[in-house]
Amino acid sequence: MSELTKLTLTGARDGLAAGDFTAVELADAFLAAIEASNRHLNAYITTTAEAARDGAKAADERYAKGDARPLEGLPLGIKDLFATKGYHTQAASHVLDAFRPPYESTVTQNLWDAGAVMLGKLNMDEFAMGSSNETSYYGPVVSPWRRLNANGDLTNDPLVPGGSSGGSAAAVAADLCLAAPATDTGGSIRQPAALTGTVGLKPTYGRCSRWGIVAFASSLDQAGPITKTVADAALLTRYMASHDPKDSTSVDVPVPDYSAELGQSIKGLRVGVPKEYRIEGMSEVTEKLWQQGIDWLKDAGATIHEISLPHTKYALPAYYIVAPAEASSNLARYDGVRYGLRVTGDDLIDTYERSRAEGFGREVKRRVLIGTYVLSAGYYDAYYLKAQKVRTLIKQDFDKAWDEVDVVLTPTTPSPAFAQGEKSGDPIAMYLEDIFTVTVNMAGLPAISVPAGLSSEGTPLGLQLITKPFDEPTLFRAGHVIEQAAGRFTPTGRWWMEG
Amino acid sequence: MEVDEATVRRIARLARIKITDEEAKGLEGELNGILNWVEQLGEVDTENVEPMTSVVPIKLKMREDVVNDGEKADDVTANAPMSEDGFYVVPKVVE
Repeated sequence: MSELTKLTLTGARDGLAAGDFTAVELADAFLAAIEASNRHLNAYITTTAEAARDGAKAADERYAKGDARPLEGLPLGIKDLFATKGYHTQAASHVLDAFRPPYESTVTQNLWDAGAVMLGKLNMDEFAMGSSNETSYYGPVVSPWRRLNANGDLTNDPLVPGGSSGGSAAAVAADLCLAAPATDTGGSIRQPAALTGTVGLKPTYGRCSRWGIVAFASSLDQAGPITKTVADAALLTRYMASHDPKDSTSVDVPVPDYSAELGQSIKGLRVGVPKEYRIEGMSEVTEKLWQQGIDWLKDAGATIHEISLPHTKYALPAYYIVAPAEASSNLARYDGVRYGLRVTGDDLIDTYERSRAEGFGREVKRRVLIGTYVLSAGYYDAYYLKAQKVRTLIKQDFDKAWDEVDVVLTPTTPSPAFAQGEKSGDPIAMYLEDIFTVTVNMAGLPAISVPAGLSSEGTPLGLQLITKPFDEPTLFRAGHVIEQAAGRFTPTGRWWMEG
Repeated sequence: MEVDEATVRRIARLARIKITDEEAKGLEGELNGILNWVEQLGEVDTENVEPMTSVVPIKLKMREDVVNDGEKADDVTANAPMSEDGFYVVPKVVE
C-alpha cells in the first residue's frame, strides 16, 4: 500500500480512472504515511482524516458511476494560509489561535469542485514570512533530504526544506500528499521547491484568486502548485486558477489547458541569461547547473541570448521595504477582538498590545515594525515611495527583455538546502535566500522552479524559468524540457518513515 | 537613517505591539541592520519614475450596487474570544 504514495498526481488520477486501486485506499495510504512521519518531519500541523475519507468514499462512488471530475479523489495537503471552512487556519501563527473560518478560499474551493480531497493543513513559516520554515508557531519543518558525507552515507543533521511553504514542499518530496497548493510572495513556492527536488510554480499576479488566503503582502502574494512533476503542476494550476469577482486583482483571462504544452517543441524559443544574476558567492555547483540548463535548452532547439536586467540587485532591498509595509497593514487586523488570541490587558489598547506581543513570533514582529516605520509620517517618501519607483524600474527591465527573448533562465537559489539554525542569526543572511526569486514577484511575472541536479552533498538544486504575464504555457513547455533532461530526484532512503 | 531605542518604542506603539526593554535593545540593532542594508536604494536614479501602483495594468471591475451577502452574524462572531448578541465584547475603553 505504501507504494501508492509514490505516485504522481497524474499517475494517481490515471490509476483511479483505470480502477487499479480505490480513492479510499489512496487516502488511507497517505494518512498512514503522515502518521508515521510527522514526528520526524513536522510537515503537517493537523490532519483532516475524516474529510479525507469522506471525500475519498464519495470519489469512489463517482468513479463507479463514470461521473469523475478532473481531480476526483486525489489527496492534497493544504498550506495553513488557505481558509478551509471549519478547519484549522492560522497561517502557522499563535495570534490566530483556534481560528476556524466559516468560509472557504476560492483556490481550495476550486480544487474541491474538481473532486480533490484534503489530507490536512501543512506547516509553514508564520504568516509566510521566512525562507526556511523555522519561524512557525508549530515548530520547524525538517526536510526529507539529508546531506551525504564523503563515504556517500546519509548524515544526521536536519536540513531546512526552505520556506515559507516548507511543509508543502517537504510533504510532496516525502510522498505525504500527491501535490500541494501553496503561496509565493518573494519565492515561497519556488525556493522550497528547489531545495526539495520538487516543481514549484508562481503564476502571474492575478492568475489565481487571493480571496480566502491569509494576506501577507497584497501586491506580491500569489497561489501556485508544488508538485512532483511539471505535468502535475500543469494539471493543478489548471484548476487552481480562475477569475474571481471577490478579488479585485483577479484578472479575467481564460485558463488554458496547460497540460497540452507538455512535450511541445521549444525550437526557436529565445532564452535570456541575465548577467546580473551571476553574483558573488554563488556556489560553483549552482553555476555549473545553470550552464547545464543552458545546454539542455540549446540541445532542444532554443537560442541563447545574454541579456541585462540592470536593477536586479535592488529588488531584494526594495522587497524588504514593500513587503513589510504591506504586511504591517494586513496584520493590523490581529488585535484579539474578533478572532484569535486575546490577552486581556488593563484597557483596550493594552489588550491589543499584549495580544499582538504574545501572538506574533519574532520575525513577524520584526517585519511589522519595519513596515510601520517605513510608512510612518516623514519616512513614507524616502522608503516606500522610493521602493515602489525601483519596482517600476525592475518591471521595465523585464519589459525591455521581452523584446529580445521569450523566457529567462536563472538558478532558483544561490545554494542548496542549509542546516537548521545555520542562518537564523542574521536576518539579512536569510533574506539573501530569495535573491533570485523576489524580482519575479516585484514585477508580477510567472516563474517556475524545476529540479535540475544535486549538489556534491546529494542535495537538490533547481533552475528557474521566468516569462511574461499569462505566458505560463511557455513555462510548462520549457520546464518539461529541463525535466526530461535532468530526470527526477527523490530523497535517499525513507528514514522519516521509520518508527 | 538610524533608529534609536526611543524610536523603536514609538514604532512599537504605532504597531500596537508591547515590547520589553530587552526586546527594544535587540530590535534597535536588528532594525538598524535592515535599514542600513536598504539604504542602497539611494543609488538608483528614480527621478521621473512613477511608483508602481498596479502590478498588472487592469481596470478595477465594478459590480452592481446590490446586497448579495450578509445576515450571518453567528458565522461572523463564531471565532470571537468574547461575543454577545452579535456584538464583540472588549475591555472598557478608558478615557
